[in-house]
Amino acid sequence: MSGVVDPFVLNLTVFVLAIFVGYHVVWNVTPALHTPLMAVTNAISGIIIVGAMLAAGPQELDAGTVLGLVAVALAAVNVFGGFLVTQRMLDMFKKKGK
Amino acid sequence: MSANSVALAYLGAAILFILALKGLSSPVSARRGNLFGMVGMTIAVVTTLTVTHNVFFILIAIAIGGGIGALVARRIQMTAMPELVAAMHSLVGLAAVLIAMSAFNNPVAYGIALPGEMLHAANRIELFIGTFVGAITFTGSIIAFGKLSGKLSGKPLRFAGQHWLNLGLGIAMVGFGIAFFLDPSWTPFLIMTAIALLLGVLLIVPIGGADMPVVVSMLNSYSGWAAAGIGFTLNNNMLIIAGSLVGSSGAILSYIMCKAMNRAFLNVILGGFGGGEGAVAEDNGVQKTYRSGSADDAAFLMGNADSVIIVPGYGLAVARAQHAINEMSKMLSEKGIKVRYAIHPVAGRMPGHMNVLLAEAEVPYDQVVEMDEINNDFADTDVVLVIGANDVVNPAAKTDPNSPIFGMPILEAHKARTVMVVKRSMAAGYAGLDNDLFYMDKTMMVFGDAKKVVEDVIKALQH
Repeated sequence: MSGVVDPFVLNLTVFVLAIFVGYHVVWNVTPALHTPLMAVTNAISGIIIVGAMLAAGPQELDAGTVLGLVAVALAAVNVFGGFLVTQRMLDMFKKKGK
Repeated sequence: MSANSVALAYLGAAILFILALKGLSSPVSARRGNLFGMVGMTIAVVTTLTVTHNVFFILIAIAIGGGIGALVARRIQMTAMPELVAAMHSLVGLAAVLIAMSAFNNPVAYGIALPGEMLHAANRIELFIGTFVGAITFTGSIIAFGKLSGKLSGKPLRFAGQHWLNLGLGIAMVGFGIAFFLDPSWTPFLIMTAIALLLGVLLIVPIGGADMPVVVSMLNSYSGWAAAGIGFTLNNNMLIIAGSLVGSSGAILSYIMCKAMNRAFLNVILGGFGGGEGAVAEDNGVQKTYRSGSADDAAFLMGNADSVIIVPGYGLAVARAQHAINEMSKMLSEKGIKVRYAIHPVAGRMPGHMNVLLAEAEVPYDQVVEMDEINNDFADTDVVLVIGANDVVNPAAKTDPNSPIFGMPILEAHKARTVMVVKRSMAAGYAGLDNDLFYMDKTMMVFGDAKKVVEDVIKALQH
């Protein structure tokens, strides 16, 4: 055993651990909130906006950066739409008499 | 910012995303959880802005997309949530494809190739996987959107050799993926992407409208995997974590939906159900009799009960009767009658949909009870009001091994002392089955539009 660990293996480690975390957290979500769960995960999958920004980020503007900018706009729809619609739904879940 | 500070900020964002999901374990903590999610996303975006050029253009793109998103979020009807969610999945899929193309266009800028060299071997595989998952998510979600919004027919589209065609296309896609691995050039990359786009369409068209809750959950999962795939390509751990959270969430929801319909996941994916070609009502020639009553009778029965359970189905939402039913249950509560709502996991068109529809009508969430928690209480309940639901209260699922829905978990409404069913006519439900519940001695059918009937009940209760 020697040498440096390949980044792919590090990524895979994070990936597998994150799936475990996701599995346990999501099973604890109350079924009544499954629709908001789906909306908020929509917003979170909008995290792809970070990848899109990096794609739009290189100094010189070329076809690749333009594709990146389009992707930024698409992901932004998810981020804003997802979080706001989740908020709107959660505001409806109120207790009796309030 | 240094690379280390960026990575640490991303770690903070990833933790906030986990807390956002954790908050959803209860309606009390859910709003705070959503706030955590927003803060996490803000940290992630602001941090990324410090390491990119073209900040001005990026901000414009965010403003355009964000503006559209905010507008839609404010305007969308709660009944249309499944369509909205499907449409948003498709955007993630398309974004993943565009990012992958951009990364391939200029790999040096992403640090996945040295100047003058080819793409690293591992990155070629990651790029391939990220692209095809994104492409399938994109077109598959568009088809799901079309079916859910009624722009496309909900009927499954089937033709001879369908599965073989898909299999062949799948193999061809992997073949071009291998070609791309051996020679990372645009031709195999684009052909592979085109096949994946086509596959997305072909995989969803044979799946019927009734199975859309599973499909939406599945595409939810795919959109997460697509984000994680891009995370692999860019060596970005936050993308991998957030993507995996979404991916596992969607997978669990698909599993829950399949279980609630007592169907194997593979069986749903291969398609064909929910278009009326599967189960046909069995007619054994015996004319079965049923009892029918008026809204006044229903009001009388409920007004004299101690406990009432309402079983709402999607038909309630179609008739826009949620607000009326809330008003009715408030009146009953004021008389000291215990009113609760029993929710089957597949009531509505996506997981948890009925809960949102009732919440929108201001039904207090502590009156809304899930199937597993309320099933034991039916036997002690005076009156059950089934409104806009059918298959989820069909006792054949428990008693008749020959029934196509045998084994599906149901709400045991038939155990209550009196059952009232509000329905337009005696027509069969989505699965095309007759329902023995309707012919039981203790059952009273109330025919009519759900909203009209409930309004008449309210009028009768006022006297």
